[in-house]
Amino acid sequence: MKYEPVIGLEVHVQLNTKTKIFCSCSTQFGAQPNSQTCPVCLGLPGVLPVLNEEVLKKGIIAGLALNCEVSQYSKFDRKNYFYPDLPKAYQISQYDMPICKNGYIEIPVENGTKKIGITRLHLEEDAGKSIHSEDKSENCSFVDLNRTGVPLAEIVSEPDMRSADEAYNYLQKLKSLIKYTGVSDVNMEEGSLRCDVNISVRLKGDEKFGEKVEVKNLNSFKAVKAAINYEIERQVDLIECGEKDKIVQETRLWDNDKQITYSMRSKEDAHDYRYFPDPDLPPIVITSDFVDELKKLLPEMPDQKRERFIKEYNIPLYDAEVLTSVRQLAEYYEDVIGYGANPKKASNWIMSELLGLIDDPEKIYEFPVSSKNLAELLKLIDDNTISGKIAKSVFRDMIETGEEAIAIIDKKGLRQVTDTSEIESIVDRIIANNPQSVNDYKAGKDKALGFLVGQVMKESRGKANPQIVNELLINKLKGES
Amino acid sequence: MKIGITDIEKVARLARLELSEEEKNEFSGQLSKIIDYVEKIKELDTSNVKPAEHIVTLNNVFRKDEVKDSIPRTAIEEMVPEFKNGHIVVPKIIE
Repeated sequence: MKYEPVIGLEVHVQLNTKTKIFCSCSTQFGAQPNSQTCPVCLGLPGVLPVLNEEVLKKGIIAGLALNCEVSQYSKFDRKNYFYPDLPKAYQISQYDMPICKNGYIEIPVENGTKKIGITRLHLEEDAGKSIHSEDKSENCSFVDLNRTGVPLAEIVSEPDMRSADEAYNYLQKLKSLIKYTGVSDVNMEEGSLRCDVNISVRLKGDEKFGEKVEVKNLNSFKAVKAAINYEIERQVDLIECGEKDKIVQETRLWDNDKQITYSMRSKEDAHDYRYFPDPDLPPIVITSDFVDELKKLLPEMPDQKRERFIKEYNIPLYDAEVLTSVRQLAEYYEDVIGYGANPKKASNWIMSELLGLIDDPEKIYEFPVSSKNLAELLKLIDDNTISGKIAKSVFRDMIETGEEAIAIIDKKGLRQVTDTSEIESIVDRIIANNPQSVNDYKAGKDKALGFLVGQVMKESRGKANPQIVNELLINKLKGES
Repeated sequence: MKIGITDIEKVARLARLELSEEEKNEFSGQLSKIIDYVEKIKELDTSNVKPAEHIVTLNNVFRKDEVKDSIPRTAIEEMVPEFKNGHIVVPKIIE
């Protein structure tokens, strides 16, 4: 393609404090509508908003996780506009002095990683929720102000992304990083993570950006990807048809049912927010001591952890990336190793046997097989008590019963048979019963050996040590010729 | 500085005010005078004065993250024109 998209994302992350950003109302999700409000968040005259210290701390922690500089001086501003879910007719936000700026995150690309710049991270209050009546004849809408004043960190990226996949990976990484810090639940379904896309298209090699469009109403990462791909196609088509001037700076909404974007038909006077410093909120002075204290609260971040896993446990980059993408998963993995399992085997098992069985890796500690029990199982493979194949069936039993591996193995008599004489008698029997395969093997058909091995394994109900079976069979068959 | 009719119309639109032609003329004259008056400040040399976002010298006024009671819903119900099923009723929001 001779065109390239230029994409930047604006992500709103809800900081998980107990109370709102400027008042002491609860932020608990799912409460009765309009039951968590007070004169401050309702915007009644004469009230005084006061900043929740925890919001400032969590905002800075998020900024640190995104490699941002923390401002020494910051302030709040009023963003003025009218909307039914905004009782004060202004949103308290940050305009020219955000608490954090100039960060970056690294996303995986085909051959390595790519840095995506973070322009800024600022604090602001959320607006209320408007509900549109399902009854079309009703000429009204409904407003719930519980969300009004819920603390948000808005994270603005540089226009550094060049495909829908990069945008998707940026979101995944951002989510993972924020999640690691624990300052937000970053759950798109519950609205604790929201994303708007800025996108334009230009000829590859052009310095200048094309006219950009903002896409809103994206309710999943999948929708973000689909909307970007739709916009790329729409804008390229317009350019190709010589109708470039039809790409105008506007806000478009994503229609998830139709999988298209459509113009929001905004009034031309939109976006004159007349920002000015909020006189109710004194400025914030952030000292390096304050930041240093917060740095101590940061856990080992996924990028560092990934590199450590590769070095310490000698596992492939891809496995390390998956295992470190979720904090709980990484902890579980390290617990398994801590109980004495081989790191490579533990990684293989978690990647191929375990992850497919759980919906949410964050809840891995609720999985019926504890890290200790998984480690014990893996050790039983290593010391030849059971084969890898039997281990898989033991694992399934462990999930169902929650029992320890060794208990299941003993109860079901699954110990691997390494006693040569016992295996030998089975091998003799199989050779005697399958003259055709024996002849095939002697005629040079190696496949016949596999069949015979399979028969012996079946006869031993999978318990014979496959290596011994193999050796014995070959010796016997050669001896006969 | 002259505040023209287009400026008045823009400010009125942003403030959701409906003005008659007469009012627009009246406010144009009044606002121009106000701006002229404030313009006088420009005569001062402020090259060594730092921007003052705030007039008080306070900073870092915070509160603890502790939940306090919200107001009862009935209080909201009393202050809004219409309330239904726990929600504030507003004119239909056109998407």
